[in-house]
Amino acid sequence: MSKEPVAVVGIGQTRHVAARRDVSLAGLVREAARRALQDAELTWADIDAVVIGKAPDFFEGVMMPELYLADALGAVGKPMLRVHTAGSVGGSTALVAANLVAARVHGTVLTLAFEKQSESNAMWGLSLPIPFQQPLLAGAGGFFAPHIRAYMRRSGAPETIGALVAYKDRRNALKNPYAHLHEHDITLDKVMASPMLWDPIRYSETCPSSDGACAMVLTGRAGAARAPHPPAWMLGGAMRSEPTLFAGKDFVSPQAGQDCAADVYRQAGITDPRREIDGAEIYVPFSWYEPMWLENLGFADAGEGWKLTETGVTELDGALPVNMSGGVLSANPIGASGMIRFAEAALQVRGQAGEHQVDGARRVLGHAYGGGSQFFSMWLVGDRPPDS
Amino acid sequence: MTSAPRDREIAVVAFAQTAHRRTSEELSEVEMLMPVLHEVLDRTGLKTADIDFTCSGSSDYLAGRAFSFTLALDGVGAWPPISESHVEMDGAWALYEAWTKLLTGDADTALVYSYGKSSPGSVRDVLTRQLDPYYVAPLWPDSVALAALQAQALIDAGDTDEPALAAVASRNREAATTNPHAQLRGPVPQGDYLVQPLRTGDCPPIGDGAAAVILAAGDRARDLCDRPAWIRGIDHRIEAHGLGVRDLTDSPSTRLAAERAGVFERPVDTAELHAPFTAQEVVLRKALRLGEDVDVNPSGGALAANPIMAAGLIRIGEAAARIHRGASDRALAHATSGPCLQQNLVAVLEGERR
Repeated sequence: MSKEPVAVVGIGQTRHVAARRDVSLAGLVREAARRALQDAELTWADIDAVVIGKAPDFFEGVMMPELYLADALGAVGKPMLRVHTAGSVGGSTALVAANLVAARVHGTVLTLAFEKQSESNAMWGLSLPIPFQQPLLAGAGGFFAPHIRAYMRRSGAPETIGALVAYKDRRNALKNPYAHLHEHDITLDKVMASPMLWDPIRYSETCPSSDGACAMVLTGRAGAARAPHPPAWMLGGAMRSEPTLFAGKDFVSPQAGQDCAADVYRQAGITDPRREIDGAEIYVPFSWYEPMWLENLGFADAGEGWKLTETGVTELDGALPVNMSGGVLSANPIGASGMIRFAEAALQVRGQAGEHQVDGARRVLGHAYGGGSQFFSMWLVGDRPPDS
Repeated sequence: MTSAPRDREIAVVAFAQTAHRRTSEELSEVEMLMPVLHEVLDRTGLKTADIDFTCSGSSDYLAGRAFSFTLALDGVGAWPPISESHVEMDGAWALYEAWTKLLTGDADTALVYSYGKSSPGSVRDVLTRQLDPYYVAPLWPDSVALAALQAQALIDAGDTDEPALAAVASRNREAATTNPHAQLRGPVPQGDYLVQPLRTGDCPPIGDGAAAVILAAGDRARDLCDRPAWIRGIDHRIEAHGLGVRDLTDSPSTRLAAERAGVFERPVDTAELHAPFTAQEVVLRKALRLGEDVDVNPSGGALAANPIMAAGLIRIGEAAARIHRGASDRALAHATSGPCLQQNLVAVLEGERR
């Protein structure tokens, strides 16, 4: 028996902001879930199971918050799973939910990821105490900055590439009503003049801290046939992990990321991702990760990714648009950020991305990563079912 | 709604666990876990590279640090990179995720593990952080106090009394006499009230431990194990979080999960119940309609060893191990999470006829 094809028939997100003081955790997740149900024209009763994900529980100070959120997400009497795979969790959560449909365990599944970062200070939440981590390594930027330097040295990329990414993503965000940052007066000069946080990462090349949630309704062939709007079809999905630190680890282009992408392309029958994929929502929390991941994902040869950025290929109207939504650089509710990438990819192939829609997008990649560049989850969605 | 019949048979083919102890302060979580991973792989002759999918369960709140599971991954030996996932839940739910992965046909073997160290902190207080953060957690009602509410509700309903609860405690710990991994082996005094009506004997030991299971599909399972424990059904359900809207003397989520898992289709001979408090065994026996002829918790259950995040997976492992060695033909395994049995998982395992 082959797998059930998986379709995305409902998508909902909150307007991501620095602090949603008007809602509780339950109110935040319910807002995204209701929007996804509305989009699918379904009710809570149509949902067979709920799969929820978020990054560390310390970010809100609630241990295993899904227990408390069961009521708000209509999960009472249903199966509820809680995924946590670090920064990749939003993507992993969607894939766990997709497996429930693919395995025909359930017909229709609600999947949701969230973070309410205003409840705590995520930068220090990410800074492990000594002896687990050396002092002065404050926040994720402190961890990733040296690896960006390694990429710059290895590729010979000009210093300005990071600023170009940030300038593009923040302009894309102006076309996305759900993005956290809407910097109407953004200029390239302003990005380049912003304070240096973790050399070479400047303030404007860094993701914000956001409160937000994202939800999707996943279903099989029968559910897709009843859907009021065109579904997005999952053509391939995979997760890969490798250890945090080990001799020979390549932080610039981790093997786990390459393997994960290769698995997704194999499932989807993609042999030339650069030509066959129409756009990508890539997890870029610091600007330089756009060219780095372009190479890791096989969109460019090693050392060549920055040229796609520099020549405008990744612009919204370029040949391979990247982060049409504004990306993680424009909204980062950490646990939800991966699912937002997956959902934005689905919006594109459904033709529902509004002002940031890529014309004729038929196959779009959603990507997430986490930990010390060690956890990867990706899916490729298309406007037609697999094998059609 | 569970849909069409699934044609992939999946079994538990190996199980390993630590000797559960009050404290393991000389060991990191990785050091505690490593021997268990080696043991479970040795039982099947598999190497890390032979495992198609890995899934684990643990809690950052027990570890006291964010992303605590990333260090455990080093113990797995995730190089070359592996297909891997993690749930912030008891390992029983990690097993459920792995089961769905095998059902899709994308994997033939899976390694499932979980671990928890309760010794570094006050686990009664830590578990209060699981409660509704706005209305309940600020009051810090601890896990024993909530279990006592449930026990009192059962007594008030005439479903049990203190001598009956004491009998549950002594029977479980008596059974644990033959379990070399148990923390409490053999009878312990019922002691004084911890929170009335629960005495120390009604409560689980606090301790550290880890467990691991290997799943395999179809003929692969037969290759790896003389008598695989086939998962005939597995399901889990959650209830409302607010204790005030639940009937604490019943466990409708357990009953529903059991129905979906096919428990009631034929009698089971063994049941491993994840009931950390004596009164919860009473609730579960009722929900699962277990008669006196069923061997309940031959391992001693969670009253003999309760490493949080692993205790549920251990129930599945213990049930499977009995099938492996021919001591059971059809066993039920149960896992729970949340205050007063809020979330429950039920699996039915069977051995082939001998």
